[in-house]
Amino acid sequence: MTSVQSIDYAAIAPPLVVAVGAVVVLLLDLVLGPRVARAVDPVPAVALFVLVAAGLLLWPLRHGTRATFCVPDACSYVADPLAVTIQLVVLAGAVVVVLLSMSERGLPMGEYSFLLLASVSGALVVAAARDLATLIIALEVVSLPSFALVALRRDAASAQAALTAFLMSIVATAVSLLGIAFVYAGTGTLHLQQLRVSLAEPAARQPVVLAGVVLTFAAPAFKLAAVPFHGWAPDTYRGAPLSIAAYLSLVSKGAGVVALISLSFGGFAAAETTWAPLLAVMAAATMLVGNLGALRQRGVVRLLAWSSIGQAGYIIVPLACAGRVDPALAVSAAVAYLAAYGAMNLGAFAVVAAAVPDGASPGAVRLTDLRGLARTRPFLGLSLAFFLACLAGLPPGLVGLFVKVRVFDVPVQAGLGWLAVVMGVATVIGLAYYVRFAALLFAEPPAGLPAAGAEGAARLEQPRARPAVGAVALMLGVTLVMSAAPALVLGLLAP
Amino acid sequence: MNALTLLLLVLPASGCVVLLVAGARAEPWAARFGVVVAGATFLVSLLLLGQFDRSRSAELQGVVDRVWVPQLGLRFHLGVDGISLPLLLLTTLLVLLCAVYTLGHLPDPGRPRAFTGLVLLLEVGLLGTFLAQDLLLFFVFFEIVLAPMYFLIAHWGGHGRTRAATTFILYTVLGSVLMLLGFLLVRSYAGTTDLVALTARHGDGIPRNVQLLAIVAIGIGLAVKAPMWPLHTWLPDAHTAAPTVGSVLLAGVLLKMGTYGLVRIALPVLPSASRTAAPYLGALAVVGILYGSMACLAQRDLKRLIAFSSVGHMGFVLLGIASLTAVGINGALYANIAHGVITGLLFFLVGAIKERHGTTDLSALPRSLYARAPRLGGLLAVAAVASLGLPGLAGFWGEFLSMQGVWRGPGAPHRLFYLGLLVAAALGTVLTAYYLLRMVRRVDQGDGSGPPVADVTALEAVAWLPLAVLVVVLGVLPTILLGWSVAPVELLLSVRP
Repeated sequence: MTSVQSIDYAAIAPPLVVAVGAVVVLLLDLVLGPRVARAVDPVPAVALFVLVAAGLLLWPLRHGTRATFCVPDACSYVADPLAVTIQLVVLAGAVVVVLLSMSERGLPMGEYSFLLLASVSGALVVAAARDLATLIIALEVVSLPSFALVALRRDAASAQAALTAFLMSIVATAVSLLGIAFVYAGTGTLHLQQLRVSLAEPAARQPVVLAGVVLTFAAPAFKLAAVPFHGWAPDTYRGAPLSIAAYLSLVSKGAGVVALISLSFGGFAAAETTWAPLLAVMAAATMLVGNLGALRQRGVVRLLAWSSIGQAGYIIVPLACAGRVDPALAVSAAVAYLAAYGAMNLGAFAVVAAAVPDGASPGAVRLTDLRGLARTRPFLGLSLAFFLACLAGLPPGLVGLFVKVRVFDVPVQAGLGWLAVVMGVATVIGLAYYVRFAALLFAEPPAGLPAAGAEGAARLEQPRARPAVGAVALMLGVTLVMSAAPALVLGLLAP
Repeated sequence: MNALTLLLLVLPASGCVVLLVAGARAEPWAARFGVVVAGATFLVSLLLLGQFDRSRSAELQGVVDRVWVPQLGLRFHLGVDGISLPLLLLTTLLVLLCAVYTLGHLPDPGRPRAFTGLVLLLEVGLLGTFLAQDLLLFFVFFEIVLAPMYFLIAHWGGHGRTRAATTFILYTVLGSVLMLLGFLLVRSYAGTTDLVALTARHGDGIPRNVQLLAIVAIGIGLAVKAPMWPLHTWLPDAHTAAPTVGSVLLAGVLLKMGTYGLVRIALPVLPSASRTAAPYLGALAVVGILYGSMACLAQRDLKRLIAFSSVGHMGFVLLGIASLTAVGINGALYANIAHGVITGLLFFLVGAIKERHGTTDLSALPRSLYARAPRLGGLLAVAAVASLGLPGLAGFWGEFLSMQGVWRGPGAPHRLFYLGLLVAAALGTVLTAYYLLRMVRRVDQGDGSGPPVADVTALEAVAWLPLAVLVVVLGVLPTILLGWSVAPVELLLSVRP
């Protein structure tokens, strides 16, 4: 084995830039010192710049595959189309998260930006990680800063939320590590490429290795908040700053999805008879539990949290059809759903961020607090209604409809009719609460808040809400374009 | 002509966008704007009628065919033939009449801009459903209808509106999700979702057991909409709670999406499974006829009575389809249109009665409408006898031909079974006549007492007269519709040589 590895810096540039950017932001915060009175805070601007720069560095990687950190027949970091697509989704999501954070009060922006960029760099590495050690470490790099971010407001609720997530994460990671140990004990390798080859031998698929394979899925499942690792999500979303709840619902989930894809269709592809039925059960349970849970919610953030659990279930559905359909089709359907879900879900969070009255805790906003939003603040209200229609998969939210059709198609082609039917039932349950929420937005605004006065109030708080309103406009644009030309999102990684 | 097809969708859609973008300043002129847009759309549909080549009514005309979502194989494929043309005309006409009616009768709580915008969006979905020549496109338009109808019921409806609207949308979506699964199943075997291609191959390449699974899934989705007993339970509440315009469009057009889908999709795409499913459909249709008319006998509310009568009438449509004969299906398509015209008119009239008396409770409603408002009472009587199928009015031909189709229908081994259905359906017509005449007697006749009410206003006359005229014209000249549908129905039923 060669002792000196040559590193392809172009391939690892995006996570590298974000990691370096994280340090720069932290130093900048120290240099600038306390700056409450300053109108424009440069720190989030620098963070945005770093994220956009990393996004631009993806451009040269858009075609073909670049691999680095290689041993003779396997590489640890592979910037293939899957990795680059997920990295793009992660970076775009992170940009929106930073915009939302600029509309929030009481966040220490220096620490916030540092932790966020650190976590993002982890997510970027997860997307390209092709060995189990890199994968699990990168997942931890996503998680650990995000717990600190959850607790950043330093009140009881957020501390509780962070602790819940932290404890569950430790358990999930420990289970995964145990699984990896089993797999390593049985096969003698951690590289997914080598695992793929060696597991193809029936002799290598001993019970202990298969147990390891199954256990390894725990950490990605935790990130995805898939059943049975979903319990932390609602409380954590509610206690966290709103932008971090949005972050957990997309970037963190995205890391989970890509880790799941790398494991299932990469390293463990040959053992699909072991894990695919398990994923199918997990997908079914996640869809049902998430949507049923959302049905009972009265708080906006908790509703979005439960709904995002259900949505993650839809993403797992095509992956669970492994071995029965073209893998490229399954991966493409899952990634398209993730990308579309990201835009519509972040849009919904952005509306909440922009509509929260000054001084109110976003986690405590109830559905009824947004009553009549489409009349008092038409842009925000109509946008939220559109995002909800997308999440429900009901026209005019065409992009949501099309990615759902795409996902539906996979189990139908795979002959997993029961999974498609469960998904159909979950969709109907989901529709019940999305429609109820959307109808509330068009209801008579509460008395004592005449439309004109509310507009005045909106104008008063505008400077702070402006970045969040910008994020709403951005996500609205993205979802509208994707609705008119669904090929843009369905074409991602399409076979 | 292709431009006309596209314009049929673009006009109401852009009208909807204009109202959305214009914001609150559109409120004063929104209702009139709605009439202009709906009127223009109606004109376009008339132009389409003018250019439609009747001698080639089995062929698709005015075809638009573009790739939309290549990954799903979804093409934006529209076209008109003799089956869809009458439904398109019915839709544009009813929407125009509804828009006119709204000028003077905007239901509480007002907000003409949102109301008009939703009606126009609804029109896009309805027209698109009848134009679509691709399974997935059909599904998309089918779904577009849901949100506007939900909001029309939930915001402008009467007592129990929220529950009714929620039941409506959840029921329909549960059905349409199943329908989508059926479509995807068809696609995974046939490799295409294009209706023209699927019709041409008559189920080739789709194994019989898959066809059966697909027809159950697709059939349930369409049957919820039609509605077929026992999937009709959303309908009475939705019709009763909806505002007048909502009820008119629900009964007049939305229900037809289900039966149209059965004729357009289920029969030609899954012919072998259709033959298996037809007796079951026929049995459920007849149960629906009997159930609908018996429920009407028990109704104490006028609006609910008309709603339940739809279950019975649509039962005749389903029965005609279940006969699988050209006569029966032509009858079903005729009954479709006739029911849209007659029940549309009935819901307008019931809405007017409710507006004048503040109730539709038959025990609280004053009698003697003839004496107090002769024109209103007269129209109600005409619509009611048309609805019960009096020869010479629109309601007759559809039910007559449907039953004739069943009579001529399949020979052994189902002959006796179908004769049984026929007898039961005939009993249904008697019951229908009974409850409608009883309703007319209860509302129209009496000793002339009761509060005097305004007779038909000029605006109402404009909105209702076209329907009243159609009731007579369709009754006297059935060939104007049948001339269109005979050839395409032959094509749909034609068995491979």
